[in-house]
Amino acid sequence: MSRGWETVIGLEVHVQLRTRSKLFSAAATAFGAEPNAQACAVDLALPGVLPVLNGEAVRQAVLFGVAVGGTVAERCRFDRKSYYYPDLPKGYQISQFEEPVVRGGSIAIDAEDGVRRIELTRAHLEEDAGKSLHEDYPDFTAIDLNRAGTPLLEVVSEPQLRRPEEAVAYFRALRALALYLGICDGNLNEGSMRCDANVSVRRPGAPLGERTEIKNLNSFRFLERAVRFEIERQIDILESGGEVLRETLLYDAERDETRPMRGKELSNDYRYFPDPDLLPVAVDAAMIDAAKAALPELPDAKRRRYREQFGLAGSEASQLATDPQTARYFEALAAASGDPKTAAHWVIGDVAAALHREDADMADVPVSPAQLGLLLRRVADQTISRTAAKSLFELLWQGEDDVDALIESRGLKQVSDSGELARLVQDALAANPAQAAEYRAGKTKLLGFFVGQVMKASGGKANPKQVNELARAALAGEQD
Amino acid sequence: MNARCEPLSTVGAAVEALRSKAVGAEELARECLRRIRADDGNSFVAVCEEQALAAARQADSSIAAEGFRDLRGVPLAHKDVFCTEGVATTCGSRMLGEFVSPYDAAVVERLKAAGAVMLGKTNMDEFAMGSSNETSWFGPVANPWDPSRVPGGSSGGSAAAVAAGLVPAATGTDTGGSIRQPAAFCGISGLKPTYGRVSRYGMVAFASSLDQGGPMARSAADLRLLLRFMEGHDARDSTSVAMPPTERGARRRLRIGLAAEYWRALGGGLAGVLREAAKTFEGGGHELRDVSLAHTDYAVPAYYVVASAEASTNLSRYDGVRYGHRAADAGSLDELYSRSRSEGFGAEVKRRILTGAYTLSVGYYDAYYRKAQRVRRLVRQDFLDAFEEVDLILAPTTPTTAFPRADGQAEDPTAMYRQDVFTVPASLAGLPALSIPCGFDAGLPAGLQLIAPHFGEGLLLDVAEAYQQETDWHLRSPGEGRRPPEREQL
Repeated sequence: MSRGWETVIGLEVHVQLRTRSKLFSAAATAFGAEPNAQACAVDLALPGVLPVLNGEAVRQAVLFGVAVGGTVAERCRFDRKSYYYPDLPKGYQISQFEEPVVRGGSIAIDAEDGVRRIELTRAHLEEDAGKSLHEDYPDFTAIDLNRAGTPLLEVVSEPQLRRPEEAVAYFRALRALALYLGICDGNLNEGSMRCDANVSVRRPGAPLGERTEIKNLNSFRFLERAVRFEIERQIDILESGGEVLRETLLYDAERDETRPMRGKELSNDYRYFPDPDLLPVAVDAAMIDAAKAALPELPDAKRRRYREQFGLAGSEASQLATDPQTARYFEALAAASGDPKTAAHWVIGDVAAALHREDADMADVPVSPAQLGLLLRRVADQTISRTAAKSLFELLWQGEDDVDALIESRGLKQVSDSGELARLVQDALAANPAQAAEYRAGKTKLLGFFVGQVMKASGGKANPKQVNELARAALAGEQD
Repeated sequence: MNARCEPLSTVGAAVEALRSKAVGAEELARECLRRIRADDGNSFVAVCEEQALAAARQADSSIAAEGFRDLRGVPLAHKDVFCTEGVATTCGSRMLGEFVSPYDAAVVERLKAAGAVMLGKTNMDEFAMGSSNETSWFGPVANPWDPSRVPGGSSGGSAAAVAAGLVPAATGTDTGGSIRQPAAFCGISGLKPTYGRVSRYGMVAFASSLDQGGPMARSAADLRLLLRFMEGHDARDSTSVAMPPTERGARRRLRIGLAAEYWRALGGGLAGVLREAAKTFEGGGHELRDVSLAHTDYAVPAYYVVASAEASTNLSRYDGVRYGHRAADAGSLDELYSRSRSEGFGAEVKRRILTGAYTLSVGYYDAYYRKAQRVRRLVRQDFLDAFEEVDLILAPTTPTTAFPRADGQAEDPTAMYRQDVFTVPASLAGLPALSIPCGFDAGLPAGLQLIAPHFGEGLLLDVAEAYQQETDWHLRSPGEGRRPPEREQL
């Protein structure tokens, strides 16, 4: 709610499916090839060519439908969507209009008030367009058709998102799901997921206000900023007595504003009709069963299991379950260390911090779960202190690999010899008679001071638990 | 070789001559090239002498090495709607006036693999839209029986070339009658196979749910020979159907249906010729039965809605951006589009694009496109019901014989659309149908149409072949004893 206005947001996310070839041609879909190196006769829309559906794209769409609990159509169909633009070679896009492959379903997001399920309207298959390159050639527009025909799954949400942060949470959850299902590489900066946001505002309880559509948001940050800007813009208009126009907007990140789009895809009438070159697609029970069998454990189920099986807090479970690589690392570490809670704290704490520092991705963690698990076990069996473990973790990150040898060579083994520790405690008491007296006078908080002194004297190797006990005993003993 | 080269009279004759080594492939190709050059009917838009002679020589050497097989050395022409690698593919349009395809259509590829020698590309109505071959950017084609009359369309060049004896056979395409109607006008045989029998890959699309390639030749026996090397499943065309090859059926007594809806629309001398032809079938031991195809009257309007809707999007790719005609010095993208398309397309093509776009528009879709699809299903059901009672349907191919060229005098375009009244229903239903010569009306050939159930080409060809054993209409040539053209009221 902003200034007494309620915000209504719906997202349309284009998920680029992970197929080797295009939706209707045999050309490759790899990113970054020389312009037009991956455009065949079908992609160029030469006279006489025909589309042939890539069955793998349908399989991935069905997998998505099953994963979100939607209804996978027994029969779906492709339509022609007509508009003119130089990067749309046929003059129409093959999409699904009346009979999409998936209807309904939902995706859970972490909202302010806990986990909320955002319902989906539909998900349909369509081909991507090419790219127009306006900057590279003076006086010309160049066209790269490598992307033309790449399979997209357009996932349309119901207008159930209420805040820009929720829109981002939904986009993130959808990305995580696509990664889990292996149907998208999730690379936002390569355009593998692009988002259109429909935004409107209304007074609470009032009917839906007129909406605008912000096109082509390709990062979480831009989505949040664009929606936030657009909400304020619409409220400003309404509060000054104006009227929001239904229009298509682009978000200008540099100026942080939305503004009306011109030209491309602005036809008022796409003249949809069934593509006569393609037969209706039948999805039978066997395909649905195969998709169900191929379903991995999804973020929702993982979150629940982490809480119930490992006793993790809800927020911890969410952080670990959202991204499949994080979850995979965490689960391996939990197994290797034998202590899921500590494993969770390390993944969320030290590992995440190191990744943040290095600006790296979970896939790039140089410390294997087995190594880190051994390190955690060495803390658990009191061979080393947690402080020592932190410095060892840094060494492992730098490329060292033998945990036990490092403990030995760096002399990080914890001192647990009670004779030696007792001597260090006595030294500390002797060196600090005033504090000892205060302790005995009732300022028992000073125990920590003595433990610290002993730890310092041991060079961090003393077993803190043991020191704690010895110091308490020594301080109490001398009173007698 | 003599001016009258007997081996070129039919595909069968060419096959026999090549098999018996009475004639060589190069010799046949040269004779065809000579005839094409000497002809002034404008039936070809491109002649590929060099490629033809090279292919013929290759056929000769493989015949010498391994003997004759398939169609080795048989000369033929392709309708210019089929993409041919290295040879112009214009579709009779200025839009593709300079276009050369980098690949062969499936039909071209298959016939090439069978050893057939392509001599060139035949003239056609622009983008296969027309029934008179008058919409071609390359000018009208003369009907060999009477050069002042049209050869029919859209495969007018193919029909005229075969009728004039320039080639023994040619390919055609039929969307609403474009093989059958010109075959009837030119006195030759033409087969539109079942939708899905022949791959559409590489056939420039007009109306994708209706377009079907097929053979055009003198006789049904020739059609059968050619179909063998055109048909078959092709993974590159999703609507192509995996079916066993067309077989010769068992000769038997058939029930042949006559639909009153077709015959009552037919008048004049042509009606008499066709009724006479129908009697021949009765004489041949078949039973003639009346059937009803109740929705026939709605077929033409439904066809023009569906075909134009599909065409309006199929032709969107011709935008002047990647290939084809591009307007010079366009100042903006919109101007590039509108001028390239205005200059590149002729009037009939524009009319159909506009009609099609209109019928698909928001607010009109249900009234036109959806309703037309409903009619299409009813027309199809009419046939399926009729085929419960009869094995084949016998009908006129056209409502008139070849009509005079208009020579640019604008007519009511829908009058031309009504030319398709007898051919469009089978197209809408996706059924196989052929037209064979069955006599003359005032010196002009008349065509008889046979329509079979889906994938019933074998039966169609059997019956047509038997008819052609009883009659010799298909052997008449316009060259000998051509009667002076008689003008007739249409």
